[in-house]
Amino acid sequence: MTFQLGVFYFFATILIFASSMVITVRNPVKAALFLVLAFVSAAGIWLLLQAEFLAIVLVLVYVGAVMVLFLFVVMMLDINLVRLREGFGEYLPIGGLVAVLLVAEMVIILGSDQFGPAKMPDPGTLPAGHSNTRELGRLLYTVYAYPFEIAAAILLVAIVAAIALTLRRRKDSKYQNPAQQIHINPRERVRVIKMPSEKKA
Amino acid sequence: MIPLSHYLILGAILFSLSVVGIFLNRKNLVILLMAIELMLLAVNLNFIAFSHYLGDMAGQVFVFFILTVAAAESAIGLAILVVVFRNRQTINVEDLSSLKG
Repeated sequence: MTFQLGVFYFFATILIFASSMVITVRNPVKAALFLVLAFVSAAGIWLLLQAEFLAIVLVLVYVGAVMVLFLFVVMMLDINLVRLREGFGEYLPIGGLVAVLLVAEMVIILGSDQFGPAKMPDPGTLPAGHSNTRELGRLLYTVYAYPFEIAAAILLVAIVAAIALTLRRRKDSKYQNPAQQIHINPRERVRVIKMPSEKKA
Repeated sequence: MIPLSHYLILGAILFSLSVVGIFLNRKNLVILLMAIELMLLAVNLNFIAFSHYLGDMAGQVFVFFILTVAAAESAIGLAILVVVFRNRQTINVEDLSSLKG
């Protein structure tokens, strides 16, 4: 067994353990933390596949932003866990059957020679000085420039949608309306009254 | 060296684990969103494995876009979740049946 195969099995074991904990653990906060572990070990496997940029992006963007958002929301909500866990294992037999059949079918197909070392040889390590980030950037800004712009627009839409959904106006908040303040007429406010001065007693 | 089938089978196991997660936690909206994230991770693993073994960078570009869309999806999904919780004080899928008629 080569060193790389050992590293692969190490990360794969952690990945499968963490993802099975995500779906079975009782506390949603722990589930989110196990999801972080799953993402980090997946990033390790992506590094083995020499996709350095995406591995770093997975850790920075996914673990650093999306999972923190998940943790925020989970901690913010006051969830009644007992009700959510009712009938937890009710669909486990059928779900387990579907999963086992799915994995068995995939292993039969993917374990065949079509995807074996004979048909799909390992391309080996890339030469020194090869930059994965530069290659990806070259493709993104030339061939995939328009899809890249659309991705940016999707992110903008996500920002606007998330803010528009969660923004709420408090009814009891006190604020001033500047337009009304400017358009006030002094005569409506100040009343000049003429009255004789008082005499000394 | 690691054969390609190892990566693909790992992706298949990850995908079916998240399918089981959707079966098990069908009442908890948060865990359902997490299971969808795991599914996308499995798909991305397949894309990157094929990209490496076929020597084609297009797979990694696709993973880049999938990550973008997944981030947008989870942001909007969590926003909807917060609004649902604010209005109904629950995230139980069973209680969200006002469209049932």
